[in-house]
Amino acid sequence: MGFDPRYLERNFTSVGTRPIRPDGLDKVTGRARYGADFNMAGQLVGAILRSPHAHAKIRNIDTSKAEKLAGVKAVITSADLPDLTDGNSEMYAILDNCMAREKALYDGHAVAAVAAVDARTARKALKLIEIDYEVLPHVTDVDEAMKPTAPVLHETVFTEGVEPKPGKPSNVAKRTQYGHGDIEAGFGQADFIVERSFKTEQTHQGYIEPHACVANANSDGTAELWVCTQGHFVYRQHCAELLGMEVSKLRVTSSEIGGGFGGKTHVWAEPVALALSRKAGRPVKLVMTRDEVFRASGPTSATSIDVKIGARKDGTITAASATLRYSCGPYYGMWAELGAMTAFACYNLENVETVGYEVLVNRPKVAAYRAPSAPMAAFAVESAVDELAKSIGMDPVDFRIKNAAREGTRSSYGPVYGPIGIGPTLEAARNHPHMQAPLGKNQGRGMACGFWFNFGGQTCTDLNVGTDGSVSLAVGTMDVGGSRASLSMVAAEELGIAYEHVKAVVADTSSLGYNDMTDGSRGTFSTSLATISAARNAIKVLRERAAQTWDIPVDDVAWEKGHAVAKGEKYGNLPALSLKEIAAGAGNTGGPIAGHSELVADGAGVSFATHICDIEVDPETGATRVLRYTVLQDAGKAVHPTYVEGQYQGGAAQGIGWALNEEYIYGKDGRLQNAGFLDYRIPVCSDLPMIDTQILEIPNPNHPYGVRGVGETSIVPPLAAIANAVSNAAGVRMTHIPMSPPRILATIKAEQAG
Amino acid sequence: MVEVTLWGSLAAAAGAKDKLEIEAKDIRELFRKLAEQYPGLEPFIDRGIAVAIDGVIYRDTWSKELPQGAEIFLLPRLAGG
Repeated sequence: MGFDPRYLERNFTSVGTRPIRPDGLDKVTGRARYGADFNMAGQLVGAILRSPHAHAKIRNIDTSKAEKLAGVKAVITSADLPDLTDGNSEMYAILDNCMAREKALYDGHAVAAVAAVDARTARKALKLIEIDYEVLPHVTDVDEAMKPTAPVLHETVFTEGVEPKPGKPSNVAKRTQYGHGDIEAGFGQADFIVERSFKTEQTHQGYIEPHACVANANSDGTAELWVCTQGHFVYRQHCAELLGMEVSKLRVTSSEIGGGFGGKTHVWAEPVALALSRKAGRPVKLVMTRDEVFRASGPTSATSIDVKIGARKDGTITAASATLRYSCGPYYGMWAELGAMTAFACYNLENVETVGYEVLVNRPKVAAYRAPSAPMAAFAVESAVDELAKSIGMDPVDFRIKNAAREGTRSSYGPVYGPIGIGPTLEAARNHPHMQAPLGKNQGRGMACGFWFNFGGQTCTDLNVGTDGSVSLAVGTMDVGGSRASLSMVAAEELGIAYEHVKAVVADTSSLGYNDMTDGSRGTFSTSLATISAARNAIKVLRERAAQTWDIPVDDVAWEKGHAVAKGEKYGNLPALSLKEIAAGAGNTGGPIAGHSELVADGAGVSFATHICDIEVDPETGATRVLRYTVLQDAGKAVHPTYVEGQYQGGAAQGIGWALNEEYIYGKDGRLQNAGFLDYRIPVCSDLPMIDTQILEIPNPNHPYGVRGVGETSIVPPLAAIANAVSNAAGVRMTHIPMSPPRILATIKAEQAG
Repeated sequence: MVEVTLWGSLAAAAGAKDKLEIEAKDIRELFRKLAEQYPGLEPFIDRGIAVAIDGVIYRDTWSKELPQGAEIFLLPRLAGG
């Protein structure tokens, strides 16, 4: 009989408590091993040569001088990473991004790589590689790239999703559309209409740990990779496909992860390290510098969004529309589409239409960033919603409550909602003391809602009972936010033992079945399902062993609070057997005791949040200070509430940086001007207030404990909540993210100038 | 027989039909029959389609049954961070 994931109300013992995190001591004392902390005897240092041009044809690469340099053991170009993708455009984009072929498509695009005995020699070798570029016109701005006169990145790209099919290539890779009803009729019923255009600049996920790996290709065709990643099984798959290996011959071990947030969901330099190792015959360590991380990995989209929303005098929204243009970097993505799907997902709308355009530009390949694409769409929509509420004369929270989606609402992206949490988070916001707190001069309050889908995926887990009764749990999703503790708590809960007796580890790719990427807020949701399933399988074995010990039918043995119990009056004199006692006797009752689970975790359940923010604006300088911030979000069931609060706070902190400071700045030459944390300013502790949180628990019907993912939704509302707060404080509507001091000052002065 | 609703771009690939009637007991059979009856959908199925059944999104459980009368909505396979 298969595993039944349905929710059942129960009282918890371990779940919902707040034990100290098991990885905390190692992390604060520096013992934890991150990607760059792994070393092998005889390892070489890898380094990558990157294009200084935003757009250039590669006419020739001469590596001969570099190869002759003493201490250089391998030099590779795209010729060493041939196209084995067999028409898979997604994998080809990853390959081309790892090492440029005919063209360099952005400043920082990898064009060659070396492996040498030390870093100095490797850097010297890079300078000896001669590349003959034909510099081409470039475009880095999303709106400029859509113009018919813009330089076209790929002659093979014709806009998908439009009829008739275009006859000319374009930087607009795809058009998508969502919605229902009749928006023109809806706007016709409106007494008030707000129509505005918004822009957001490109930001980086800002993970503190750079991409780092050690690759070791052996002469027998096997290889090992130690790497910082959000999904070592997917990295194995990618590397094996790109290098023409059988997946089982590549063993990938993940390190601790110093942040990923979506930026470590596909390979960047790992195939390069493996190709270098294969050519050199020695292990190769490759660690990106911060400059490389910014120039060549993971930013989110820059966007340009038009929003129109109409409502009646009574506050009912009659129609809503949005056109969303998202930059993808040089390769096609579904970023605008995700914006189009999520933009109006918080609301109950009869007439709604969103159109998304995926736009190719000469910037790094866009990667997912925590609820990818939703924050920018929410910024535009929630800003317009706030303005519309003001026009009508309604409180912004009451206006949102009146129009909030609920069970039975047709979502703006299509399906009808089941039980959802947007209404409760709004009600909680209305009743929160933060909403009533007084504000001073030049201070403003803003609030906003946010939505994210969440999903599950393929998951495999092993649970082994030791002979002393302790339990080891091997999981295949990365611990990006404390999941080893949470999953140990789940195993303890299910087995009925103390949390301290369970130890969870992230197993390598040769020790466990395939696991999907740790993304989509799926880590705790998916792997807790598999852990519950594995624990129940282990309990079945434990009951069988107890039955054997007692020489009674297994159907007469129940599992209660960590003990096998013989059921029925005839067994009244049999004392219960603890897990520890059964484990101690395992050698004579059939050997090791374990539970295994492999499953596809679906039914993650959508997620909503509401944020409240107070900001002070200095009208003379445009400088801002975040005074107070509150996050209210549905967690389904918070397994470890401290970690859930940490996810809420982390998303808000990243959102504050995105809203107020973070921005990729390109020069006219198409080169990134601020590839470092000195010039690309992420928030530090002194920039942030204590971020208050309120966890709502509306059980997910598709999880035995009611768990939902919590990792991503918290970054969706901040841009909008902060923009509404700044707009209220400054008395002028902010439409361009980030709201850096110069931008705020310019907006205030423009308003004053009329 | 179940009624399946297609998102905008997918509807265009199915000959501008946003609702299709398909005889299918589960997601696997649904995808097979969609590919047979509407070849324009095959590239989308290869790229990844998620199925929302009464609002719950399924990305990989192709054995999931399609209950009579349920709302079945096709969506692109989602990316996450």
